[in-house]
Amino acid sequence: MEVCGEDGQLKLLGQPYSPFVVRVSIALAVKGIHYEFIEEDIHNKSELLLKSNPVHKKIPVLIHNGKPVCESMNIVQYIEEAWGNKAPNILPKDPYDRAIARFWAAFVDDKFIPSIWGVFKDEGEEQQKAVEETVANFLLLEETLSGKAYFGGDEIGLVDIALGGLLVTIQTVEKITNSVLIDKQKMPLLSAWADKFCKADRVKEVLPDPATLLKLMWERKAKMTSPPAGN
Amino acid sequence: MGEGEEQVKVLSQWPSPFAIRVLIGLEEKNVRYESLEENFASKTELLVQMNPIHRKVPVLIHNGKPICESLIILQYIDEVWPGSNSFMPSNPYDRALAKFWADFIDTKFLGTGIHGILKKTGEAQEEGKRYMLEYLGLLEGVLKEFSAGGSKPYFGGEQFGFLDIAFICHTCWFEAMETLGKWKIPWESEFPRLLEWMKKCRERESVHKIFPDPHKILEYAIKFREGYLRSN
Repeated sequence: MEVCGEDGQLKLLGQPYSPFVVRVSIALAVKGIHYEFIEEDIHNKSELLLKSNPVHKKIPVLIHNGKPVCESMNIVQYIEEAWGNKAPNILPKDPYDRAIARFWAAFVDDKFIPSIWGVFKDEGEEQQKAVEETVANFLLLEETLSGKAYFGGDEIGLVDIALGGLLVTIQTVEKITNSVLIDKQKMPLLSAWADKFCKADRVKEVLPDPATLLKLMWERKAKMTSPPAGN
Repeated sequence: MGEGEEQVKVLSQWPSPFAIRVLIGLEEKNVRYESLEENFASKTELLVQMNPIHRKVPVLIHNGKPICESLIILQYIDEVWPGSNSFMPSNPYDRALAKFWADFIDTKFLGTGIHGILKKTGEAQEEGKRYMLEYLGLLEGVLKEFSAGGSKPYFGGEQFGFLDIAFICHTCWFEAMETLGKWKIPWESEFPRLLEWMKKCRERESVHKIFPDPHKILEYAIKFREGYLRSN
């Protein structure tokens, strides 16, 4: 593990159960980069967070030698470039392969996140629609995995991190809503990937504790479905 | 295909800022390409084959291999044809900043600003205008910083770069937004740096060649808005 001082000062503003923060933690862990984790209370945001991300006021924010980088997949690519000489490489060298990795990472952000959120927050027909959409998106990802251990090939790459950061959240949503999103029968490769990813060295240490996340998300769900107090 | 011959095609639509972006990028790099216009009524088999996931333009087809998503395409163009004019800033931090603001432009600025005016009416449209002004203010500040207080011409500093290309493609829609919203953006008083930057960019051969006629954009925008409001 590298000493903080060698790469300068590195801080990650976040919350250990946020899938977006988990993505960044995974990237740092995979590269073996040492940093200080500063836990944020999202209902009482710190001066540092508001100063570092004035546009969106959101976590995660990576602060490297005093300079903030925002937006989780932007941060992951920054980590790859700033520590480009440190193995493993999260992005392939070939420009076409890099474009494909970036495409699928963007796909996870544009399609998955809204549909998984739909599964969690919606009810009845709307929820069913969100489940079908999520399953259809997973089937597309199943196709791209063919013959590979990870989306990145032999090693964890950009798409593994983009989706892997959401894994424990996805599994928690499945439990709370009693739905099957990663279907072992229909998606054998994806199921195997999910299993392998959660057990991978360096990754498993930074994944959120499923029992705690389940409790937090139940609390969140309860707030969403209870009627508002007063008028 | 002869040895050394490259085949570059772009599936495009003339009013699409995302397609305009890619064409400007290729022009800047002096890459020879063929632009194939997709029509609005139905998608060609080629588009569906090359972009089965989103079925949208632009798609860059390089020697038969498709690359989708305009900002990803721009980075690909920069990596494959590095040349002397690199789009991306030279250090990782500045690259992260450029990507952050390009993403902001495509999500917030376009989504709540431009689309707020194009697709909404009444108070909702007024809100769109307020967002547009707020975001233009932010971008005016970003330009000031990235251009070293105006001593350099572009968001990329001396270089007409990634963020310049990412933003300039939306500016050809501004006049249409003013007409549709029945308002005038206070460029001179509020956003003088952006005004100057737009003039400079439009003088570039690539932008001059690719930019559609603003009257045609307005015609298109009016039809689009009528159709959108009818079905929503």
